[in-house]
Amino acid sequence: MANVTIDGIKVSVPDGSTILQAAQVAGVRVPTLCYHPDQAVKANCRVCVCEVEGQRLLQAACSQPVYDGMVVKTHSPKVVEARKTILELILAHHPQDCLSCIRNQNCELQALAEEYAIRENPFEKMVRGLPKDTSTPSIVRDPDKCVLCRRCVYACSVFQSVNALGLENRGNHAMVVPSLGKDLLDSPCVMCGQCIHACPVGAITENEQIDEFLAAVADPDKVVVTQIAPAIRVAIGEEVGMKTGEMPMEVFVAGLRQLGFDYVLHTNFTADLTILEEGNELLKRLKEGGKLPMFTSCSPGWINFCETFYPDLLDNLSTCKSPQQMFGALVKTYWAEKMGIDPAKIYSVSIMPCTAKKFEASRPEMKDSGFRDVDLVLTTREVGRLFRMAGIDFSKLAPSKFDSWMGAYTGAAVIFGATGGVMEAALRTVYEVVTGKTLEDLNFTFARGMEGIKEAEIDLDGTKVKVAIGHGLANARKLMDQVRAGQSPYHFIEIMACPGGCIGGGGQPLTKANVKRAERIDAIYVEDEGLPLRKSHENPEVKVLYEEFLHEPLGHKSHELLHTHYTPKNKKFL
Amino acid sequence: MADYKEIITRYKDLPGGIIEAYHAIQKEQSYLPEEAIIAAAEVFEIPVKDAYGVATFYSMFSVKSRGKNVIRICESAPCHIAGAADVVAALEKELGIKMGETTPDGKFALEFTECVGQCQATPVITINGKPYGDITADKIPAILAEYK
Ligand code: SF4
Ligand code: SF4
Ligand code: SF4
Ligand code: FES
Repeated sequence: MANVTIDGIKVSVPDGSTILQAAQVAGVRVPTLCYHPDQAVKANCRVCVCEVEGQRLLQAACSQPVYDGMVVKTHSPKVVEARKTILELILAHHPQDCLSCIRNQNCELQALAEEYAIRENPFEKMVRGLPKDTSTPSIVRDPDKCVLCRRCVYACSVFQSVNALGLENRGNHAMVVPSLGKDLLDSPCVMCGQCIHACPVGAITENEQIDEFLAAVADPDKVVVTQIAPAIRVAIGEEVGMKTGEMPMEVFVAGLRQLGFDYVLHTNFTADLTILEEGNELLKRLKEGGKLPMFTSCSPGWINFCETFYPDLLDNLSTCKSPQQMFGALVKTYWAEKMGIDPAKIYSVSIMPCTAKKFEASRPEMKDSGFRDVDLVLTTREVGRLFRMAGIDFSKLAPSKFDSWMGAYTGAAVIFGATGGVMEAALRTVYEVVTGKTLEDLNFTFARGMEGIKEAEIDLDGTKVKVAIGHGLANARKLMDQVRAGQSPYHFIEIMACPGGCIGGGGQPLTKANVKRAERIDAIYVEDEGLPLRKSHENPEVKVLYEEFLHEPLGHKSHELLHTHYTPKNKKFL
Repeated sequence: MADYKEIITRYKDLPGGIIEAYHAIQKEQSYLPEEAIIAAAEVFEIPVKDAYGVATFYSMFSVKSRGKNVIRICESAPCHIAGAADVVAALEKELGIKMGETTPDGKFALEFTECVGQCQATPVITINGKPYGDITADKIPAILAEYK
């Protein structure tokens, strides 16, 4: 242990701690910009500099290790002056567009400028004047706003192993660019949006489509229908001043009606449906010697990853469409018929935790209903903005129920939002289908939590099934390399592109650290526990769907509407 | 097109090998084409974004074609005997530069090279790697006009 004095406060911290960590123990907040709690230290912004007694030069708190007897001043006049200069230099190269910036009031640089009372800037203003990159339907890059912290590069390379982003040039000309200096679309980017969570400023954002939504609700000829993904409810409250998990589902529904949606339905309904289709697909593959291990297919960032990096393993992917796309195909066929609504008038909006869903909805094959199955994808953050725009006071809103036929759901669908959830939901159903017995304990706890790769062997009345779960694409890569090498012991693998699963999706309220993801996961299982039905095959509306329309899992209609195929991306470079 | 992979592989096990490999390619091509960077990533088993990062980090490398036409004159024995010296003189006169120099507008550079394997048509010059055989002083202006 080292005894350190931070601003006169004495603390004892483990050897090798940084000044920043010691300051945290002392309860002193040192400002940072390039530092990210879940990433390796980069120490390139110098915002965190502090004064160490006996040393002439200021030290970066995020990287400087402490020693026994160290005396640190974190905001002496010298430190404050240095920090102001550093901020002024960054701001001299920054377009000060806060008013029209997507990160207005949620920006680390803006917050620092406010904290350090940056007013007149003595440095000459020199913004690079680079164009935005709008090449993908999911992600927008605004390189002028980049402060070169490299947090996105780390997220993309280390968490996701995609390596779409890198550095170009050096010194004053340095830039963060997609590989080979191309557009993001030409790079290996899978559109997961994890770089957005990493970015402290507005240099990487979602492709915001709020205006398209406003135009749709303003059009009297459109019947605007929405579906809400499983991971939204636990997080949407964070956008409107509530705690994680605090927003009651039916108050959320009422809020959506206030925004002008004509019908509010649930992706959870098609999540339950996915379990029936995918569970039966797994059983069929096991019985008939189909390609194993089978991979789940609900995460479009993961599908992009597989099509980009593992085109040789596309046959291992379940042919099930994601719940979003199953919903899209059904809402303009089954549901339209049941409601007596002309499908041509339906404008189908999905509310998703995910930026890659915007891409998925735009895939050319996703029009099995005879129309574009999903017309618009809004992320949780965009819906948060719409709620704030509409000035809704959720504490006063009367709860409202989901509309019929595609609104019912079970706890098994709810847990789709967390890593391991699809696996657990599938096991709840597969167990009962195979054994014909009632499952005593519904909780497959091995599947839960932030561990990168989770695995288990499940005994289905004598049949042993080995399963694995990976979240974050670097973990997916480990499991996939095993499969490619012919060494995978598993029958069934769940992959979610985003760390923590959809609750950490690229469209979710910004997570400054992984602890937020863990909090959302806890809220997901609380919701599951509280529901009367927790097995997908018990969903009453899914039963009606099979009775009246689909007739059987993997049947003719299912194949037409609910299943899909995959195409190698043939990217020129990886 | 040069076989980048073959060139790069020669430097695979050297310390700082990728930089040496880039030097070697740039010597041939006057810049680092995209394909060479992709090949370097494969040989050194690093992501393309990192191979690109190295290529743009050092100012001695260029990832953009400089718009420069590199004219090389073979000075091996067969071409020498066939009158390479007259061709050199004609090129120097036409471009107003000496061997080893680049024109002030950056458009042409003159360099010597070893036998390019076109000895059936001596003397030989190459422009950006494309060979021209049986060169005489009076053919020079027409050939250069293609690149102006
Ligand atoms: S990135 Fe931050 S500081 Fe820059 S314009 Fe946007 S809100 Fe303002
Ligand atoms: S969206 Fe995902 S894959 Fe694309 S650059 Fe960002 S982190 Fe990388
Ligand atoms: S894009 Fe954002 S995260 Fe990436 S280097 Fe720039 S400021 Fe940092
Ligand atoms: S936060 Fe320490 S140098 Fe950037």
